[in-house]
Amino acid sequence: MLLFLVVTFVTFVIFFMAPVAPQRLVCGGAQAKPECMRAATKKLGLDHPVYYQYGLFLKRLVIERNLGTSFITKQPVNHIIGRAARVTASLVFGGAVLWLMIGLFVGILSALRPRSLLDRAGMVFVLIGVSAHPVWIGLIFSYFFGYKLRNFPIHTPIAGYAPILNPAPGQEGGVVQWAYHLILPWMTFAILFAALYARMIRANVMETLNEDFVRTARAKGAPEARVMRSHVLRNALLPVVTMLGMDIGLALGGAIFTEQIFTLPGLGRTAILAIQSYDLTVVQGVVIFATLSIIIFNLIVDLLYAWIDPRIRLT
Amino acid sequence: MVRAVEGVSFSVEKGQTLGIVGESGCGKSVTCLTVMGLNPKRNTISTGEALWKGKNLLTARARALREIRGNEISMIFQDPMTSLNPVHSIGKQLIEAVQLHRDLSTRQARARALELLKAVGIPKAETRLDDYPHQFSGGMRQRVMIAMALINDPDLLIADEPTTALDVTTQAQILTLMKRLQEEFGSAILIITHDLGVVAETADDVLVMYAANVVEQAPVEELFNRPQHPYTWGLMGSLPRLEVDMERLTQIPGQPPSLLRPPAGCRFHPRCPHVMEICKTTVPELAESPSGPEHLQRCHLDQETKDREAAKILEMTMAETG
Repeated sequence: MLLFLVVTFVTFVIFFMAPVAPQRLVCGGAQAKPECMRAATKKLGLDHPVYYQYGLFLKRLVIERNLGTSFITKQPVNHIIGRAARVTASLVFGGAVLWLMIGLFVGILSALRPRSLLDRAGMVFVLIGVSAHPVWIGLIFSYFFGYKLRNFPIHTPIAGYAPILNPAPGQEGGVVQWAYHLILPWMTFAILFAALYARMIRANVMETLNEDFVRTARAKGAPEARVMRSHVLRNALLPVVTMLGMDIGLALGGAIFTEQIFTLPGLGRTAILAIQSYDLTVVQGVVIFATLSIIIFNLIVDLLYAWIDPRIRLT
Repeated sequence: MVRAVEGVSFSVEKGQTLGIVGESGCGKSVTCLTVMGLNPKRNTISTGEALWKGKNLLTARARALREIRGNEISMIFQDPMTSLNPVHSIGKQLIEAVQLHRDLSTRQARARALELLKAVGIPKAETRLDDYPHQFSGGMRQRVMIAMALINDPDLLIADEPTTALDVTTQAQILTLMKRLQEEFGSAILIITHDLGVVAETADDVLVMYAANVVEQAPVEELFNRPQHPYTWGLMGSLPRLEVDMERLTQIPGQPPSLLRPPAGCRFHPRCPHVMEICKTTVPELAESPSGPEHLQRCHLDQETKDREAAKILEMTMAETG
């Protein structure tokens, strides 16, 4: 809660100090008419000091659940964020499934056969994954799969995204198109995390394999598969849950690079466009959404932990 | 390559207890892990044979070995704090041990688990079955480990320093418990320890190990009455005594040798107070002592010196009891 206040206030103050006059933006930039600007100043409360403006903003947010209207497009910010969040969520959750699958597969196999060819290959992948910048990976994927092979869309008429429900006129929609448009972004987005997760899972599994209770399980006569499933993985994957929760929470604030390359109208792209045009209300909306998602996912992780790790109890 | 254990040979009979004593790193634990087939396969080579009811455990197939582990032979480990899985309740872990080897319903297995928890003296066993390891003290966890080891009525129980991580009063309780359960269940016990006191209390026969070798092997009475090897004397001499006023405990000078490059000749010679020229070049055989084939020792010293030194040690220990 405190975090939430601090983050929104800081964003607010930064924009207050920016060398632009919101009333001018609202009234159409350089040719703004004086009477329009006067009316806008009144309406936005710009003649009051910053803390008063912040108070107004909080009041509107908490009581009306309203983020205001965009200075530029005049659309309600709630609506803008809602649309962009769907895109980012599609990217992040799909990407998370992909990176978990790769991370678990590579991590567990290389932990079971340390220093084998498989392990080496896995670690080369990890090195590439953590070193390569997502922009570069995205461009490589676009070039090979999109341009050379022409298998995937990189220049669709309306951005690189197809919603599942209610596509706009002239836009493709439905689950198949949705997934089809997202495959390259998913891969680009997931590679860094897949590499990080593979390395972490490998280390955790190897460490857990050396635990005394794993030896106890073997001494009981448990088959290797059972030892792995019930004793090793259960313990080794506890920290992965924490990481996953935090990373998803963080990424929901906008996967800026991936969205930018594949022109996905997600939160990251929305934020960049809004910052470039000093559209304070939209930026503030993105910031609030990102903060909330981080807070909520941390809470989910904590609750989940109490459920899967008996050493932690809710009090 | 480290030869962690070399030329070790012993046998345990039903209802008997064999103690293996020695310093840290002398190969006690490796010996037992080898018998259980629990050494990491990737980087260990085990040769020789471990005969269990006529079957060689070292060449047995993984599946056959698994059926023996936890069922006919079970094991208790040194550190009860880390030997139980922290994310499963102890009931679940006990039930797992039963169901791996017996075709019982969970309800029946649970009843069996409860029975064993009561046998090892866990108070309010019914309510504690669903508790997790972190809710138990060290001594209680070791009791749980013992319950888990005995749950399938094993014929052999290997206890790898079962009391090392526990405080002294708990040690005594655990040892008494093991003794009592041995009478009840009739298992043979192989107890590994670095504590001669534990051996004296529990074992019927003793194997003294030094630097991967057996240096002396005898029935417990015989070992304490006529110790034949300078290393055994050293161990006995360094036992703490209550009535003798000492600034420091007597100790065997020096460090155990590196097994990467063990010393030539007798492995104990760099630390032996009675070292002779022959000790530095020739490895002594594990030979019978005058007391008979029960008592084996690996030392070049002449019998007269051995008896004299043994008498000296005995006098010191006698001073304690008398």
